[in-house]
Amino acid sequence: MKTGRFWAWLVFAIGTAYFFIPLIATFEFSLRMRRGVYSFDAYRVVLGDSRFQETFAYSVTVAVFTILLGVLLVVPTAYWIRLRMPHLRPVVEFITLLPLVIPAIVIVFGYIRMYGSNSPLPFLGTARGTDALLVIGYATLALPYMYRAVDTGLRTIDVRTLTEAAQILGAGWTTIIARVILPNVLIAVLSGAFLTFAIVIGEFTLASLLNRPAFGPYLQNIGANRAYEPAALAVIAFAITWGCMSVIQILARFAPKSANRPN
Amino acid sequence: MADPFLSIQNVKKSFGNVAVVKDFNLDVGAGEFVSFLGPSGCGKTTMLRIVAGFEEPSAGKVFVGGKDVTGLKPNQRHIGMVFQAYALFPNLTVAQNIGFGLKVAGMPRAEADARIAEMLNIIKLPDFGDRYPYQLSGGQQQRIALARALAPKPKLLLLDEPLSALDAKVRLSLREEIRAIQKKLGITTIFVTHDQEEALSMSDRIVVMNEGRADQTGTPFEIYNRPSTKFVANFVGTLNVLEGTISDAASGTVTINAEEIGLKGKLNGSKAGDTLSLALRPEAISLGRKAGNDSNLTGQIADVHFLGSVIRVRVGVGQSVVSLDTFNSPNSPPPVVGEKTEISFSSGDVLVLH
Repeated sequence: MKTGRFWAWLVFAIGTAYFFIPLIATFEFSLRMRRGVYSFDAYRVVLGDSRFQETFAYSVTVAVFTILLGVLLVVPTAYWIRLRMPHLRPVVEFITLLPLVIPAIVIVFGYIRMYGSNSPLPFLGTARGTDALLVIGYATLALPYMYRAVDTGLRTIDVRTLTEAAQILGAGWTTIIARVILPNVLIAVLSGAFLTFAIVIGEFTLASLLNRPAFGPYLQNIGANRAYEPAALAVIAFAITWGCMSVIQILARFAPKSANRPN
Repeated sequence: MADPFLSIQNVKKSFGNVAVVKDFNLDVGAGEFVSFLGPSGCGKTTMLRIVAGFEEPSAGKVFVGGKDVTGLKPNQRHIGMVFQAYALFPNLTVAQNIGFGLKVAGMPRAEADARIAEMLNIIKLPDFGDRYPYQLSGGQQQRIALARALAPKPKLLLLDEPLSALDAKVRLSLREEIRAIQKKLGITTIFVTHDQEEALSMSDRIVVMNEGRADQTGTPFEIYNRPSTKFVANFVGTLNVLEGTISDAASGTVTINAEEIGLKGKLNGSKAGDTLSLALRPEAISLGRKAGNDSNLTGQIADVHFLGSVIRVRVGVGQSVVSLDTFNSPNSPPPVVGEKTEISFSSGDVLVLH
């Protein structure tokens, strides 16, 4: 028993070291900008950089629109598949997994062919059009995470009976989704939303090839040209991701409790 | 029935090649409590879902209050329904659950609040408005579900095995409560159950369903005492079945295990030599000869179960075993297994199953 415990702790310690040492090293390096003393100069430079603020604000805006699009697309789809077309679930799951195996660059070249300046739908001819395509592309990239999160949420409630109970009380589809289904899978939707946020904030390929002022290309640019600032940016990016994960954990506590699964 | 409130006419329903409901007809009067009783897979829930609008009939029509509702969606029918699995909305409080239908209907807030309070009083849970479903017991949840269904004053109430998920004690008290509320509000109700005791104790009329058809429709008294088919006789209540052979059709004499009994007027055109299944309820049989019973058979005590106030005795009569109950009497000991005995009954109580 004691030996088993020792090995368990050893494995845990190795895992922790594997995860934290590079992070601590990066953080330590980011503090060395001023010669001989630790300082937050690198952070001050990064946070004070107008390009940081612009690109970060741009990516946050794009992330919000991506989340909205993802929710509007995925929640009704996953709900309808569970309610009326459960036989199509494997097909839809396969489709939602495709972004994991098809590289983002394929989407970009598809965009250029379909929506270039000389095409009948010249979305890429304007900044707003390109932004719209970027949001759609990001929604596609986040699909595996968003769909799975929402589908898992739907699995915890009796979708069919709740829908029928609402229907017989006079509710239409909009009311059913807005007042019965969405509130009961809200935590799952938020999980998907924060995963989407984390993906969009750091994404490079789509933003770079579509030439949009996003945070990902900025990170790459700083990384290629500076010494200490990239380390500070990496730590900031980690903090943002961890912040998102913490928010998911906190919100999970407020999830509506099912009578059958009170805890 | 002059003007039925609910009329189900020639309804059929198939899923692929499987016919689940086969030519179902029923008229239900206003304020009537009708139960659909039958085993699993007999089509009773499908029929209820057709009335609710969740399933579209393959053929036939459903009328509510004289209006054809066959093509209407569930949210256009103004029907209340209680589900087996409660189906309370977990994210809403009890008051919000009860008020859901009222809000959807656009009822002003003050009026809706008053109605919610009224419903909470009717189900005797006046202080539960702020609780969430997960904080309630199964019985309480089902009462809330009933209040939610009744709050918008529906034309018709559908109960889909609402007591099945509850324990025996709660089930008993809740069925009395449901019936009392239904009588008080005078709402036309269809109740689906596979529990004969529930159906017999609650209903004005029972529809016994078998393989998608209504085998018999009648009052609980009629269904129990005058079953029209072998299935109804077997499904409702306990039944002893004795096999007999007609020895003289004209005089109605039937031989059971080399003994004769008279069943004049009950043989329905059968002829001598035909075999018949004769059914008797346990309460129609007495141990030993009894005044008023015109038929006797001899047998042997096969089993005795002492249940306190009642003694359940099983008597072997030829190849059959007959079950009967006698009241316990402190002055006379229970019968002994292996003992020779006589059973008696009135020929009027014999059901001839064709």
